[in-house]
Amino acid sequence: MRGILLVARRDFAAYVNTIWGWVILAIALLIDGVFFNAWGLSSTPQYSAEVLERFFYITGGVTLIAGVFITMRLFAEERQTGTIVLLESSPLSDRELVIGKYISAMFFLTFFSALTLYMPALIMVNGKISGEEIGVGYLGVLLMGSAGVAIGTWASSVSRNQILAGAIAAVGTVFFVACWLLARVTDPPFKALISYVAFFDKQFKPFQEGRVNTEAVFFFASVSFAFLLLATQALRARRWE
Amino acid sequence: MISVEGLTHYYGERRAVENIGFNIAENEIVGILGLNGAGKSTTLKVLAGLIIPTAGNVRIDGTDLVSASAEFRSRIGYLPEDPPLYKEMTVREFLLYAGQLKGKSAAEVEARLPDVLRTCQVEHVQHRVISELSHGYRKRVGIAQAIVHSPRLVILDEPISGLDPKQIVEMRQVVKKLGKNSTVLISSHILAEISETCDRLLVLNGGKIVAAGRESELAQAAGASGTRITVQVRGEAERVESALRSVSAVQRVSSEADGEGCLRVRVAMATDARESVVAALVTAGLGVRRVGDDESELEAIFLGLTQGAQA
Repeated sequence: MRGILLVARRDFAAYVNTIWGWVILAIALLIDGVFFNAWGLSSTPQYSAEVLERFFYITGGVTLIAGVFITMRLFAEERQTGTIVLLESSPLSDRELVIGKYISAMFFLTFFSALTLYMPALIMVNGKISGEEIGVGYLGVLLMGSAGVAIGTWASSVSRNQILAGAIAAVGTVFFVACWLLARVTDPPFKALISYVAFFDKQFKPFQEGRVNTEAVFFFASVSFAFLLLATQALRARRWE
Repeated sequence: MISVEGLTHYYGERRAVENIGFNIAENEIVGILGLNGAGKSTTLKVLAGLIIPTAGNVRIDGTDLVSASAEFRSRIGYLPEDPPLYKEMTVREFLLYAGQLKGKSAAEVEARLPDVLRTCQVEHVQHRVISELSHGYRKRVGIAQAIVHSPRLVILDEPISGLDPKQIVEMRQVVKKLGKNSTVLISSHILAEISETCDRLLVLNGGKIVAAGRESELAQAAGASGTRITVQVRGEAERVESALRSVSAVQRVSSEADGEGCLRVRVAMATDARESVVAALVTAGLGVRRVGDDESELEAIFLGLTQGAQA
């Protein structure tokens, strides 16, 4: 556990001590804010629950995109700069390295999410929504973000450079987001399966509406676990090359 | 202390090293020599715990690389050719991190840090950000991260590549200091450096060890017995060669202009007859300006061993 936290702490520090982390944060917050203002709010009267729903829809999407940019450097940058040798020659297991990296990215993503709190706070002050609804929405954002970060961690573990890692992570994430479109043109029984794994259309929707869905919690946890396992195997395979 | 038996590694179908075996004793400084593709890097990567060998056993104090991988890696310090440094960190922060990564507590690393900084001569830059340091200092910080956890074996891959002459001299001092407390394995293309720093040499060729031992033992193995010296002489080449031919121990003489108005004369002798060589030159009225070991000796041995093995 000590090793995991050591890796997580250093990587988190690398986000906040370099311009890269702040650029991602600033752009993500800008996009979130602009979209919320343009699409979430409107001049016509609307229920505050609907506004909150739209906020989480936007924030969920921005979180997934930010996840791609946050994770692309995790292993690929270490490989590019040669510092991966430091990690691979350490007594830490491949599993500890992957979990440490994943936790650092999740910390950063949580930091980003925390900075978006002013938007639901505004809805709460000017409308009628509860703190529980906001909490559930953020739980969904972080669960979906976790799945996105796990996909990105795996993509970075198999890539030699950050651009490739970002591209693989983006393709993987877009697949899960766009599954509902794919399901439309697919015949049963695959139609049900493909629509089931759709991040937004199926799994995230209950959280967006303020409901905790244990099946969705299990789904996002499973996707996270599966991709972190793949990342661990990718690192292990390098030792046996 | 370190034992390697039957080490074999394949990258797919390509054999990198085959059936390598050697032992390294405590506090020994051992050099690995070999042409490109000889298997040096693969051997070092295996010893650093970066790759698992296809076959063979590698042990440090009985701890096996495969069955106790984490324990094995905690006993190794590794500096690849390009030092693995987080450039946004200060030297001190980085070494604290590297030591903890190797399994030591923060307090243990803190306690050891002054000694490491002193050994690697980086005390005065410990609070500077690594990206601001010169190549020579980065190499030293690289060595510091390799020894910060008091490893049993320190592996240095090309530690002096890219360094200027002053930095090379300083690095040589650092490596010699390391040898007092640790076992050191060095890979280098600069043969004179290996000769200067190491107690013993391993020569790899085509993925196999073709020779091992001290420089004198390798010379014998390569059939290059006797002594070779270089003499800087002021005078004409014909007179120099004529004078040297009068010394019975002299086997071969070759000379070339050194660009300073003198000759650099290489003399191969059956026995160490330096005094007779100098006396003969002085008697012939030639100005002897410098006498030293022939730096190309190790090159000759090395080429003899590797070409012999290739043939």
